[in-house]
Amino acid sequence: MIVWGLLWEIVGQAELTFFIPPLSEVLATLFSIIGTPAFQKALAETAYAFFVGVAFAIAIGIPVGILMGKSRLLDELLLPWVNVFLSAPLTALVPVLMVLFGFGMKSIIITTALFAIWIIILNSRAGVIQINRSLVEMAHSFGASPLNAFFKIYFWAALPEILGGVRIGIIRAVKGVIIGQLLISIVGFGALFELYSANFLMGHFWAVLIVLFALAFTISEFLAYLERRVSYYASKR
Amino acid sequence: MAMSPIKEVTAQTTPMEFESAVSVRNISKNYGDVEALRDMSLEFPRGQLTSLLGPSGCGKTTLLKIIAGLLEPTSGQVEVNGKTVSGPGKDRAFVFQDFALLPWATVIRNVAFGLEMRGVAASEREAIAEKYIKEVGLAGFEQSYPHELSGGMRQRVGLARALAVDSDVLLMDEPFSAVDEQTRRKFQEDLLNLVQIENKTFIFVTHSIEEAVYVSDQIAILLPRPSRVSEIIRPSSFRDKGVDNIRRDPEYLDIVDNIWASLRGYVE
Repeated sequence: MIVWGLLWEIVGQAELTFFIPPLSEVLATLFSIIGTPAFQKALAETAYAFFVGVAFAIAIGIPVGILMGKSRLLDELLLPWVNVFLSAPLTALVPVLMVLFGFGMKSIIITTALFAIWIIILNSRAGVIQINRSLVEMAHSFGASPLNAFFKIYFWAALPEILGGVRIGIIRAVKGVIIGQLLISIVGFGALFELYSANFLMGHFWAVLIVLFALAFTISEFLAYLERRVSYYASKR
Repeated sequence: MAMSPIKEVTAQTTPMEFESAVSVRNISKNYGDVEALRDMSLEFPRGQLTSLLGPSGCGKTTLLKIIAGLLEPTSGQVEVNGKTVSGPGKDRAFVFQDFALLPWATVIRNVAFGLEMRGVAASEREAIAEKYIKEVGLAGFEQSYPHELSGGMRQRVGLARALAVDSDVLLMDEPFSAVDEQTRRKFQEDLLNLVQIENKTFIFVTHSIEEAVYVSDQIAILLPRPSRVSEIIRPSSFRDKGVDNIRRDPEYLDIVDNIWASLRGYVE
């Protein structure tokens, strides 16, 4: 990290290209813009779209994935679609969403959810499929209702994989929310990017990017930490 | 066939004059073209321990899971206390070969799991679970997680969970096969005590001849291809001589030898 930071600084100071200002300048800009209303409005808008989108992706993705893992029929019906959407360039779908859902926040949220949901579904499904069969038999033999089996066995047994999926899904959602903001309507961080790069304010541009990377990195590290905590017992299963 | 000596042993025992807790009637089970069980009938006397013993592939675990209601027979029926089995029920509890504990739950939650599924209130089921944790000798480990316990202790948790729901019939699928030899011996002694104290019917699947003869009131020998009950042996004389004397009792040794003689031909 430090080496790369120094390299950045050197390249910036050498004034090789206007595209890369010195890191110190970027950081100075970062602290100067972080308090501005424009930045905070962008942060609030982005965070809102991001969290709502991720919440939808998780709330829909996990149950769908678990049900796919449990039901052969559902799995065969849905798996091809999940795989298609997982690997498809979703950016190309954004114009379609704009037609369907308009140019507002709704489309951005849906874009975010679409970026995150497929890997969450796939991982939850994988988590359920690897469940120890005798745990399922055990629940059955003690008379667990389908609802009980779902919440007391399947969810917990698949939790390490589910969390892994959520972590990757959230990283993808960061992409989704920015692409949504850039393509659908110029709001939030997308608007800032657009504004700064159009005006060649590279210091500002990089500052926002650093904030964004830091946010994505923090969230992903937090989830990785949760995952490790859960894997602690899960590896012993 | 070397089966006649076994018949002599059976002949010494009292004729069938017990009440059945579990009756297996003409059970067949096919997996596609493969015949796992063919027209099998067997009675399990109340309050006693019956072993299902046989070489691998003789369908003993399949039969146990049919009795548990975890598998559907292709034809025939199982009756528990006179009622036909159509799925898992409160009258039966299962002890699993690989323990089947919830790795994310403490010992006490694992033991209380069956009660939780039956909708028993939290405080009540924990009190019951604590009692059975003590009974299987795990007092002090209530808040431990399964991975912190040895294999033998984990199976004690599995046993406590099955006891906690207070079913009439306890189904045990090779419960001691995944624990070490010394733990296993201790388990067998404890199981004999358990059969004495708890007024339950035990059905016990094993592939160990010594284990079957040691713990059983009745041993059903199953043979493969096609699966059938070839013998029912009821050891009579050594049951009351105390756990320490069984293994050197002449009848015990004879039965072990005879069973081996009849199974030898089926072991690859």
